[in-house]
Amino acid sequence: MTTDATTTSAPGRAPADPSSPRSRTSPVRPRKRRSRTAWLLFAVGLVLALATVFPLLWMVLGSFKTPEEVNSPQLIPKTFTLENYVYVFSQVPFARYLFNSFFVSAAVTVLALWFHSMAAYALARLRFPGREKIFLAIFATMLVSAPVTIIPTFIIVRTLGMVDSYAGLIVPAIFNAFGIFLLRQFYVSLPDELEEAALVDGASYWKIYWSIVLPLSRPILSALAVFFFLANWNSFVWPMTVTSDPNLRVVQLGIQSFQQQYAADWNYILAAATVAALPTLGIFFVFQKQIVASIKTSGLK
Amino acid sequence: MSAITSRERRERRAALFFLAPDAIGLTVFVAIPMLLSVVLGFFWIDGFGNFDFIGLDNYVRMVKDPQFWSSAKVTLIYLVVLVPLIFVVGLGLALLVQQKFPAVGVIRSALFLPYVISIVVVSMVWQFMLTDRTGVIATLLSKIGIDGLSFLGDPKLALGTVIAVTIWLQMGYYMIIFLAGLQDIPTEYYEAARIDGASARQRFRRITMPLLAPTNFFVLLTSMVAVVTGGLDMIFVLTSGGPANSTSLLIFYIYQQAFLFGDLGYAAAVGSVLVLFLLIFSAAMFLATRGGRFSNDD
Repeated sequence: MTTDATTTSAPGRAPADPSSPRSRTSPVRPRKRRSRTAWLLFAVGLVLALATVFPLLWMVLGSFKTPEEVNSPQLIPKTFTLENYVYVFSQVPFARYLFNSFFVSAAVTVLALWFHSMAAYALARLRFPGREKIFLAIFATMLVSAPVTIIPTFIIVRTLGMVDSYAGLIVPAIFNAFGIFLLRQFYVSLPDELEEAALVDGASYWKIYWSIVLPLSRPILSALAVFFFLANWNSFVWPMTVTSDPNLRVVQLGIQSFQQQYAADWNYILAAATVAALPTLGIFFVFQKQIVASIKTSGLK
Repeated sequence: MSAITSRERRERRAALFFLAPDAIGLTVFVAIPMLLSVVLGFFWIDGFGNFDFIGLDNYVRMVKDPQFWSSAKVTLIYLVVLVPLIFVVGLGLALLVQQKFPAVGVIRSALFLPYVISIVVVSMVWQFMLTDRTGVIATLLSKIGIDGLSFLGDPKLALGTVIAVTIWLQMGYYMIIFLAGLQDIPTEYYEAARIDGASARQRFRRITMPLLAPTNFFVLLTSMVAVVTGGLDMIFVLTSGGPANSTSLLIFYIYQQAFLFGDLGYAAAVGSVLVLFLLIFSAAMFLATRGGRFSNDD
């Protein structure tokens, strides 16, 4: 400890940084000590991070390789080709798959946020008989996760005549208690005076919801929006169950059936997979903070 | 209650209006399916909507079906191996990226990245990398003298491979959950312990783990539910339940019976057993940990 103190108090260092007057007086000692372990932790973290990202890097770079090269252990393609992408888009209606996924995911996200924020507003800020019981009932539905109820859900959707339709893809995906729960917790935390003035002025509850509550919930709504969109873009089992019409094929189903058709042509399959992953990668790089924030709130609060 | 003011009436009417879309949707697409999942097992239902009450026949058939028992065994192994591994890896990564070191933000993002990619895509990529002989992993392993392993073709290795890929996929999610829990622990506790001369191991055992108890409970419970009810996408694309049914999880078996063989009633019967198992397991965990508190000192 003491040796650290003597070795690190390098003269001339503090004056070199005049913008921070504290640097001269603050103890420099823990800094250097930390930096040695810090670099060790950095090395460990870097190795783990590279190993984690490698499969995705391998996919993206492989999608630019020729069929002869795609199986070589060389990371960077020797001959860089866009042929695989051209092939994928010309052989199957890939643009249609992407449109279907985009349309379904966007519709689910918008409708879910709208309905959930309405329900959450009522549960958090309006007084009516049976409010706590309704909230508890909604909360209870969170305990059973979707895959185990896929058979009864399918039977209901079939009874309603929604098999092989956009409605069948969109409507059942809207309703989940998780979004209502998170929004309700947020609305409960808003101050009581929020709508008082508006009510005195004779504003309707719809007006309060639309022009006071919704604008205030923009941060939490955007976090949920990113989360819902990602989940629906990546959804595979439900679209596979409820659609068989190729015109309704979403991108995850599209790449899976493409793979079955072109079983060994990995250069094409990797290009298709990369296209399917691209929007999620883009969303991740732009909205990383929102994704992490919504996971944190979903976990504990 | 007799004298409701007009404002109260207005408020109730508004509440009804605001609740209606979600209340109807949740009833039709969530609550009724939940109730149906208990009932459907007593029916014979085919792919065209015909049904018939058959009592316990589906359950009798289930108990006699060796493939049900083999899937139950696979699910149990999957559960018992995966849940502790996810816990350890998630916590380990959170402890690592909680430290301050160069580029920690980028490294954190990289570890989390697989979670946002679709399971279909990642299953394909792993299938490609794990291809026998020509895949990159086989090529790299042969350089250090390991040859002839078939990660997805050998019934002894396939389930382990699925588990490894699942950990790779989900570790970032649990890392974030643990990180949130760790950040809630006041740093003063650690400083006080350090002044008292507590070692890093003592600090971990006496401060981190007890104060992380709610997070631990949350992770164990949710990862268990996710493990038992999830995995369908990955099994579908990565292994199709094979080889020799070695990766046929119950949820895959159920899906297969329902939508590939069109036997919805039988599949629903197996599904109801899965739900029952989950409820008993969660309740047991809830009781054992006294509502997730893990407290030793009350």
